[in-house]
Amino acid sequence: MKYLNEYRDLEATKRYLQRIRETVTKPWNIMEVCGGQTHGLIKNGIIDLLPEQVRMIHGPGCPVCVTPLTLIDKAIALMEQGVIVCSFGDMIRVPGSKKSLLEAKAEGGDLRILYSPLEAVSIARVNPDREVVFFAVGFETTAPANALSVLQAEKEGLSNYSILVSHVLVPPAMEAILDDEFCTIDAFLGAGNVCAIMGTAEYHPLSKKYKVPVVVTGFEPLDLVQGIYMAVSQLEEKRAVVENQYVRIVKDEGNLAAKKVISRVFEVADRDWRGIGTIPKSGYKLRENYSAFDAELKYGVASIGAKEHSSCIAGEILKGIKKPHQCPEFGKGCDPSNPLGAPMVSSEGACAAYYHFSETL
Amino acid sequence: MKDNNLSKSTINLGHGSGGVMTRELLDEVIFKTFNNPFLNTRHDGAILDLSGEVAISTDSFVVSPIFFKGGNIGSLAVHGTVNDVAMCGAIPQYLSLSFIVEEGMEMKDFISVVRSVKEAADESGVQVVTGDTKVVERGKGDQIFINTTGIGRVHPKANISMARVKPGDKIILSGPLAQHGMAIMSQREGLEFESDIVSDSTNLNYLVRDLLDQFGEKIHLFRDPTRGGLSGVLSEIAADTGREVEIYEKDIPLDTQVAAACEILGLDPLYVANEGLFVVIISPEIEEEVVSMLRASEKGRKACCIGTISDREVPKVVLHSNIGGKRIVSPLIGEQLPRIC
Repeated sequence: MKYLNEYRDLEATKRYLQRIRETVTKPWNIMEVCGGQTHGLIKNGIIDLLPEQVRMIHGPGCPVCVTPLTLIDKAIALMEQGVIVCSFGDMIRVPGSKKSLLEAKAEGGDLRILYSPLEAVSIARVNPDREVVFFAVGFETTAPANALSVLQAEKEGLSNYSILVSHVLVPPAMEAILDDEFCTIDAFLGAGNVCAIMGTAEYHPLSKKYKVPVVVTGFEPLDLVQGIYMAVSQLEEKRAVVENQYVRIVKDEGNLAAKKVISRVFEVADRDWRGIGTIPKSGYKLRENYSAFDAELKYGVASIGAKEHSSCIAGEILKGIKKPHQCPEFGKGCDPSNPLGAPMVSSEGACAAYYHFSETL
Repeated sequence: MKDNNLSKSTINLGHGSGGVMTRELLDEVIFKTFNNPFLNTRHDGAILDLSGEVAISTDSFVVSPIFFKGGNIGSLAVHGTVNDVAMCGAIPQYLSLSFIVEEGMEMKDFISVVRSVKEAADESGVQVVTGDTKVVERGKGDQIFINTTGIGRVHPKANISMARVKPGDKIILSGPLAQHGMAIMSQREGLEFESDIVSDSTNLNYLVRDLLDQFGEKIHLFRDPTRGGLSGVLSEIAADTGREVEIYEKDIPLDTQVAAACEILGLDPLYVANEGLFVVIISPEIEEEVVSMLRASEKGRKACCIGTISDREVPKVVLHSNIGGKRIVSPLIGEQLPRIC
């Protein structure tokens, strides 16, 4: 596979691991922001190959994990009203306050698992007598396609299509983590996929304000070890700037067309993060002129609320304060077939990644 | 009714009523296709002459879409059960064949499926000796479900069981991973993508027989990684033997297109279904001979030794990654779910 195999090369990866070992002189805590990076680190066994001084902390960048419990309950309420709810795959097993989307499907709800929100628009088109809602979760990465689905539905005059929005943004989350009194993070691996859309500009003020290196990093083994090497080098050299490891994908200005679509449909708003709480200006909501596509308003489910399972420490996991295996419920009261919180469900979730791939059990 | 007219019709509830229409369907499609002494007695069941150790296995097939690149639900229903009998170290001989057909299925599709059953059974050297056809109302099935049960005599040299898996044993995989699952995915409604990925669905009984002929007791275990994929089979071996199963990512054969499709869809090939693939656990001294024997055959030409049963008493599957790291391979929980981003 061209453009993938090159970044999975054993010798090149070894060289960077060696450079990390030669560069590091003291312990550093580096947070990989994106769940895809967590997955890549653990799936490839990279964590065990790093020198002891380099400690990877798994960040909040798993969209499934940070989607609030109440949103899942709202999606289930829509299914119970007879609405066709369309969702990305790994959302469907996440427990809501009473059940998951998958359990609601088994009870007779109409749930469709899709790869693209545009497929949901097609479902709305061919089912004019049914209501169709796309569960629009995710970071900046999924926002353009979700926005595009709204524009497409508007263009086609589909009044039976709407979206249940739970979009969140990376930079405010990083800032919230840095502001936490227990924060021990020395550097970030920035989410390469998010920056492919949004560019790198937002990270400069953050890096400057908190004097923290941010290395925008990809997802393949070589990307990850090179990103870690760049972060360690900055730390050892007492530098704190934004660097781009993922130059083959990420441009400083991002993807202008995608950004345009996002800003046409969405505006920045306060958002609840599962396990973390409300972070100001940390997500998107539909703009006023697209409120007809807001499923929460359309079906009157905005007031649904719920409380998290008390023994789940997802918040501390997502902020990097605790590792999954430090949770008393890990592998005992909570595992992927019976998860208490979202990080145990999503393949990008730190708890599930530890459960599936690492030797800590 | 002649075959020509019949093939233009549609299955309706009458075809499962037990009356004239059922008889017509059986005469024109089933008996005509299979035409063997067991079925021709038209008895309620088959009388078989079996002696010694006998293996029996049953499976139901509900694949959707029913026609896919490399086969259809009919050939799959034969291969799946034939292979399960073979995995017991047996030579499959007889099959039962039950259809649950949904009202509205086109007769020509039903006939194609039945013909595929016949072709696959002939290729596998098994005879369909008894069967049943039921028709359910529209909406209560998904075109067609098939159940097959296979029976065969255990190979005289076979001594296959989990208890025989020992530390130091080698793990051989007979071909590339994930072909069937990804062929199905590429044609599933709403997910169609262009590829040349063909299901690996095939009968493995002759390969199994040849291995047993040649190596007898040095073969310790056969398993076919169908649903749940390779990870499922290896996790079972680790759990049942209480030993660590070590595998090497670099040695696991994987077709480039399948690997690419898995990347695009966010799926791990270790968890994807196979239908023409087996894992065989063997004494280490016959590793090279087994691999070269498999590679000399069309169905095993990409066979590889992918790992070892370790002497560590830890019931886990550990994968050595291409870049020199290690990770645990755990069994699948629920269905494999594509990731958001």
